[in-house]
Parts: sequence; C-alpha cells; structure tokens
Amino acid sequence: MIPISYYLVVSAILFVTGAIGVLLRRNALIMLMCLELMLNAVNLSFMAYARMLNDMGGHVFVFLSITVAAAEAAVGLAIILSIYRTRETVDVDYLSLMRH
Amino acid sequence: MDGTALLHGTGALLPQLTVVITGLVILTLDLFLTSQSRYVNEAVGIVGLLLAFVLTVLQTGEPRPVFMNMAVVDNLGVFFNATFLLIALLMVLMSASYVRREAISSGEYYALILFATTGFMFVASAADLVMVFLAIETLSIATYILAGLHQQEQRSQEAAFKYFILGSFSSAIFLYGIATIYGALGNTNLLNLAQTLSQTAASPLTLVGLGMLIVGLSFKAAVVPFHMWAPDVYDGAPTAVTAFMTAGPKAAAFAAFLRVFLQGFATPELAQHWVPIFAVLAILTMLLGNLVAITQQSIKRMLAYSSIAHAGYALVALVTLDALGAASILYYLVAYTLMSLGAFTVLTVVAHRGEHHYAFTDYAGLASTNPMLAAVMTLFMFALAGFPPTAGFAGKFYVFGAAVQSGHYALALIGMLTSVVSIVYYARVVMMMYMREANGARAIAQVSPTTVTLLGLTALGTLYLGIFPGSVFRLAERSVQFLF
Repeated sequence: MIPISYYLVVSAILFVTGAIGVLLRRNALIMLMCLELMLNAVNLSFMAYARMLNDMGGHVFVFLSITVAAAEAAVGLAIILSIYRTRETVDVDYLSLMRH
Repeated sequence: MDGTALLHGTGALLPQLTVVITGLVILTLDLFLTSQSRYVNEAVGIVGLLLAFVLTVLQTGEPRPVFMNMAVVDNLGVFFNATFLLIALLMVLMSASYVRREAISSGEYYALILFATTGFMFVASAADLVMVFLAIETLSIATYILAGLHQQEQRSQEAAFKYFILGSFSSAIFLYGIATIYGALGNTNLLNLAQTLSQTAASPLTLVGLGMLIVGLSFKAAVVPFHMWAPDVYDGAPTAVTAFMTAGPKAAAFAAFLRVFLQGFATPELAQHWVPIFAVLAILTMLLGNLVAITQQSIKRMLAYSSIAHAGYALVALVTLDALGAASILYYLVAYTLMSLGAFTVLTVVAHRGEHHYAFTDYAGLASTNPMLAAVMTLFMFALAGFPPTAGFAGKFYVFGAAVQSGHYALALIGMLTSVVSIVYYARVVMMMYMREANGARAIAQVSPTTVTLLGLTALGTLYLGIFPGSVFRLAERSVQFLF
C-alpha cells in the first residue's frame, strides 16, 4: 500500500503550485485554472485523511467541495467573459483603472 | 403540533428557506414583469424578509442541534439572523431608486441580495466547519456577481474580477485548513470539539489547520494584512453593493469567527495560540485602516479604509474570551451596520447617475444646497468617529471596555488613539459641507421617498443606539450567555 503521507505531500505540492500560479500568472483564464488546481488539491487531501481515519465524512465533503468549485468556476468565467467583451483581452495587467 | 416546536426541529432552517424562496420568486417574477410594474420586486422582497424576521425571532430558546449536528438553533443565531435580515431590509430600501437610476436589472439584483443574505444566515446557524464553508461560499459567490453588476462600468468589472480571484483564493486556504483539522481531529464538528480535544491532544497539525482557518476568515473580514482586495473592490463596485459588502459579509465573517473560535476552539490550550494572533491582527488593522484613510482623495475609498479600521475595533473584543467581549462584538456590528448604510446612502444621492462624483470637493457647500442631507451626513460621520451620543460611541465604549476589563490594555490604548486619528478624515467631510462654497454648476440632488425613509431609519437608529444602548446590549448579552 502507498503510505498516506505520500498523498498528503502530493496534495501540498499541488496546492502550492496552484497558489503560485494564481499570484504570478497574467492570463485570467490560467489564474482560474490554478484556482481549480488548489481546490482539487484540497479534495485529494480530504480523501487521504478519510482513508486514514476510515471515516465517510471526508468522502461526503469532497462531493460538496466539487459542487462548490463548479459553481465558482461558472461565476468566474462569466466575470472574465464580461471583461473580455469590453476590453478584447484577458491579460490582467490591463485591469489597472483603480491603481492610484 | 406546536408551531414553535417545528421551528426548533425539522423546521429549524425555515427562516433561511423563506429568504431563498423569496429570492427565487423574485427571479421568476422578473420574467413576467414589464417596466410599468414598478416596485413589485421590492414589495415581494420586503414581505419575504419580514416573514423570515418573524420566524427568526420565534426561534429563541435553549441551544438545540439540528440536522445531525450540522446546524444549531440558539440565541446567538437568532441575534445574527435578525441583524442580517435588518441589513437586507435596509438594502431593499436603498436600492429601490438606485437600481432604476443606474439601469441595473433589478430582478437579478434583489435575488442576489437575498441569496447572499441566506448565506449570512447559514453562517450564523452553523455547527460544523462544513456548514461554515458552504455558507461562506454561498454568500461569496453572490457577492462576486453583485460587485460586477454595473456592466457598462469597467471599474465594476475589474472590482468583480479582483474580488473573485482573491475571494476564491482565500476560500481554498480556508478549505485546506478544514481538511487539516479533519485529519488532525477526526471530525469537523464545532459543538463536540471540547470532547474531541480531550481524547486527542492538540498536535502541531491542529495548529497548522487553525492558522489556515484564521487566514481564510481574515480575508473575508478584510483584516490587515489580508485586506489588499478591499479598497479596490469597495471602490469599483456599485455604491449600494459596496454598502452591502461593508455590512453583510463583514458581519458574517465575524459570525464565523465567533462560531469557529469562541464556540469551537475555545479550550485554554488552543486559545493561548490564537489569542495573540488575533491581538496582532487587530492592532495592524486599526493602525493601517485609519492611517491610510487620511490620505484618500475619494470619499468612497475613504469609507472603504474606514470599514477596514472598524473591523479592527470589533476584532479587539474577540481576544477577551468572555461574555462582555462577545456581546460587544454583536452590538458593534449592529451599530456599524446602521452608520455605514446611512453614510453610503448619502453617497448614492450625491453621486448622481453614472457615479462619478466621489471626490471630497463634490460635497462642498452641501449644507446650503441640501441642509437635511448635510445634517444626516454629519451625524453619520460623527457616529463613525465615535462621538457621544451616537451608536459609534456606545459600540467603541463596550469594545474597549471589554478589552480593559480582561487586561488587554495595549489593545484598548491603540484603539482609542486610532479613533482620535480617525476624526481627521471624518471631520474633513463635515468641513467641506459646511465651510466651503458650493460649486453652483451641479443640480441639486433629488432624494426619493424610499431614500428619505432609509436615511430617517438609520439616523434614528444611530441616535437611539447611542442614547439607549442598554436594550440592544442586553439582547446581545443574552445571546452569548450560553457560550460561557
């Protein structure tokens, strides 16, 4: 069997990769994908802990987390689309009207 | 069957259900309404919210877990739900003329406000970290969309995008904290946490999880140093939505703080870890919020930074770990809601259509063109600064009094000093209104009946809470009694 700690380390690596992606990438769609990567890393962590504790609560929570991530992605895409309609770009460097 | 027994058992979430159904009804009715049917959305919203308010008040009583320990019906939930419903009612009054003036589609707007209110109410009734997460996501997603509803304004789209990215980022961190707690403790329930902690010692994994929970929730409450999104988002969003965001999600974040930390992780060996963290966060928030607000040229941005500072004042009472501190937080949230909504209403009136008049100089001479508006704005500015006999003074008195009583003298001292500093930027507005000449070229602001009602209600509420703070404060104390 694969030790549970391997899953937790992979989950942590994925989470940090997603976080770095959200903070450093310039394309809004890539930022959205990195956000989803973070949420899925947490899902992996939940499954690993549920296996370790032999408890169904973690599995159920993954269902709820996936649903929330899907709703969030839909809203995020709608917001990016409304920005694209007026500016013809998804580069976030151009979202600087409020820098003072 | 006895009606109130239903409200304490399987019908425990009837208030939240009422608000959701009202939102869905508004969304569906919007398909059939024409532009002639004015104010149907507002009427339906007010009826639904009043019904939910009555159902909420009927839920007072002993704490009772429902739905397999996922939610709880108790006085703390009743107080918070009543506050959230009050916020929603005042928002309906504020938005009645605002959405028509700014050509925002009103059906979706009111539905989103009501769905966000449902999210707030679920946070207040949560007994499990899963419920807290789902509720925070519900309210966050509704607020992301609300921030971007001004579709012709590029600043609004920018605000929605920034809010979405940083809000989802913080939700992911919060979720990772829940996963870590789940792995460390075996379950995520807040009610049984004392029992769970007596069986398993507080391992380093628990502390890591707690740290991530603090980071995630501090983003939502716009606490320094996780406040970076707040000034831009509050500045870019439509003004009525900004008012909603300073009142609702902030109060919901504090409800989450109370549920997770004061009811959940309240054992002494854990509290010794998170109390210093919150003390440092409170100090940073009060300092930065007030000092940066002085430098602002736009009144909307100034109120955004002041809202960050007020979150700092409320956070001071969280480290006291006693009933007086918890009751002060509740009282402060109600007082701040009234003052903030009133001030932002004046902002919507002065800004006119298109929302371009937010500089301090746009308020020059308001006392001669519109004396009632200037008087009400003066009241709100002095209330936010903490002058007696307003609600702001009573709120700060309770918060700093709780800090002094529990020995956190440094927090109370910094709070009082920064309150004095805040007078600088609040008084600037008053000075502009009364001691400068009006520009003359701009038309006198038109104030609709609903706006007049709203300004009257919030002004009266601010004065009432300031002169007679005891009634609401006693309610707050009774709501937190069972925690200590």
